[in-house]
Amino acid sequence: MTGVATDTLEAVAARIRAHVVDMCAGPEGGHLGGAFSCTEVLTALYFSVLNVDPERPDDPDRDRFLLSKGHAAVGLYATLAERGYFPTEELAGYGRPGSRLMGHPVRAVPGVELPTGSLGHGLALACGFALAHRYAGRDARSFVLLGDGELQEGSVWEAAIAAASLRLDRVVAVVDRNGLQLTGSTEGIAPMEPLADRWRDFGWSVREADGHDPVLLAEHLAAAPWEPGRPSVLIARTVKGHGLPFLEGRAASHYVTLSERNHARALGALEDAR
Amino acid sequence: MSRATREAYRDRLLPLMAEHPELICLDTDTGLFNADYVTAAGDQYLNLGIAEHNLMGMAAGMAACGRMPFVNTMAAFATSRALEPIKIDIAYNRLPVRIMATHGGLAAGHLGPTHQALEDLAVLRVLPGMTVVVPADAAATEAFVEQSVDLEGPLYVRLGRKPTPPLPAAAPPVIGRAQTLREGGDVVLACCGPYPVLACLAAADVLAGHGVEATVLNLHTLSPFDAETLVAAARPAPLVVTVEEHWRSGGLGGAVAEALAESAPTRVLRLGMPDQFVDEVGNQEHLVDHYDLTADRVVRTVRTALDQKETIG
Repeated sequence: MTGVATDTLEAVAARIRAHVVDMCAGPEGGHLGGAFSCTEVLTALYFSVLNVDPERPDDPDRDRFLLSKGHAAVGLYATLAERGYFPTEELAGYGRPGSRLMGHPVRAVPGVELPTGSLGHGLALACGFALAHRYAGRDARSFVLLGDGELQEGSVWEAAIAAASLRLDRVVAVVDRNGLQLTGSTEGIAPMEPLADRWRDFGWSVREADGHDPVLLAEHLAAAPWEPGRPSVLIARTVKGHGLPFLEGRAASHYVTLSERNHARALGALEDAR
Repeated sequence: MSRATREAYRDRLLPLMAEHPELICLDTDTGLFNADYVTAAGDQYLNLGIAEHNLMGMAAGMAACGRMPFVNTMAAFATSRALEPIKIDIAYNRLPVRIMATHGGLAAGHLGPTHQALEDLAVLRVLPGMTVVVPADAAATEAFVEQSVDLEGPLYVRLGRKPTPPLPAAAPPVIGRAQTLREGGDVVLACCGPYPVLACLAAADVLAGHGVEATVLNLHTLSPFDAETLVAAARPAPLVVTVEEHWRSGGLGGAVAEALAESAPTRVLRLGMPDQFVDEVGNQEHLVDHYDLTADRVVRTVRTALDQKETIG
């Protein structure tokens, strides 16, 4: 169930970030900021919480995970490679002809359940997984990672209503609450605070946590559902571009093509943080 | 006996669900399923509320985990509002979701353009792997629903609202294979849906009285399109006329023109809804008459075109 027991979650997260930096230094660049804000969430899920086995990716009893904020694909790819779904060497092909690593997650990549990228799709899909599992008598959980800007999509709330009304307590959502979207702050563009109350009003069980503490995140996520009969949402308080002083907390970190100089700078900053 | 295709579907689905436990009927409060039906279907029926994006997304998620959802909404909402989840979540993943879309074409009648779907066939037939069918009567609907259980990938079924007349008895249509309802070498009448097919059959009778023999093709499956049967029928004929309850662009007429332009260039005249939103009040039959998707129009169109050809020739 768990990943590499001898490794700390922090060490795994650091390796994932280094992979993302390398990918964002490639010809196409990548969505670095949003991948860095959810690195600990992905780490906690794949290296502690999810009941998945890269050797048996089609196990019907596996937990499902969807990266509804599909633009953080570089973070997911790095996580899946570190978890053993495919060799980390393959990450170098990201965005290049001949590679299967597209800019948004595709099913051709081992470990990706369903493609995402257009925002507002993941929660309904996860509800569908959970409902199918209920019919099949399976205990598996369905996890979905939402962006906070993504919450502006109405379809998220259609699915939030359905999950609560169907009492889908095997659905566990995480909101990457980094407070920034492409051009600025979520609160400046479309305010959604008090966010926890909004989810509670929709019938969800809500917790909030430091989104950069993988151990804490893992504890919360492992314990879900927190209230029987209610879907769970963990609002992970995060920082866009977390870990790179010259990018963190800036909307400009959303999509980055790192120059050779900044590539080295970024790797240096990650090394210093260890 | 006249019967609504949506009711034929609904009634055939119930025993089919009993035979196939993986089938599930997902509703968006359409009103098509009464309390007795819901009781009989048990946990194989769920009303998810009025939320079409969520409907398609949940259906895709369920299908990815081994269920076969029959999703229910109106054609207008399925193919406009929920097009993106149909494209990304269902079609892209080749998932076996059955999109049962009522009020297709002009069937919404007096309910107006918000509830009419005159673009659905154009929009859906271009999606890779999406099967698109338009049953012309209750019997065809039942046949398609039965065949859908063994069909790979997603399926869109355009259904009606009110009862429509049955076609003359024929072998049940098969998804993907055009149905030749009449054969003649002078003109091909290509059609889909209840009123267009009946109009073409009636027109063929009238034309025969004028010495013009028509082939009538019920092209009930727009995708995958049976171009082979169409091309074979069109090769000897100087004219093909298409008739559909759909805007003239992109639907059956478009599919026919595309296929013939590539394989058997033939003059194609497309009869359908003109380039406007419906601005007339009335039921489906009235609108079909008002916008002249009638046997008389087919006859006039064919005779005028063939006369022109003789004059020019």
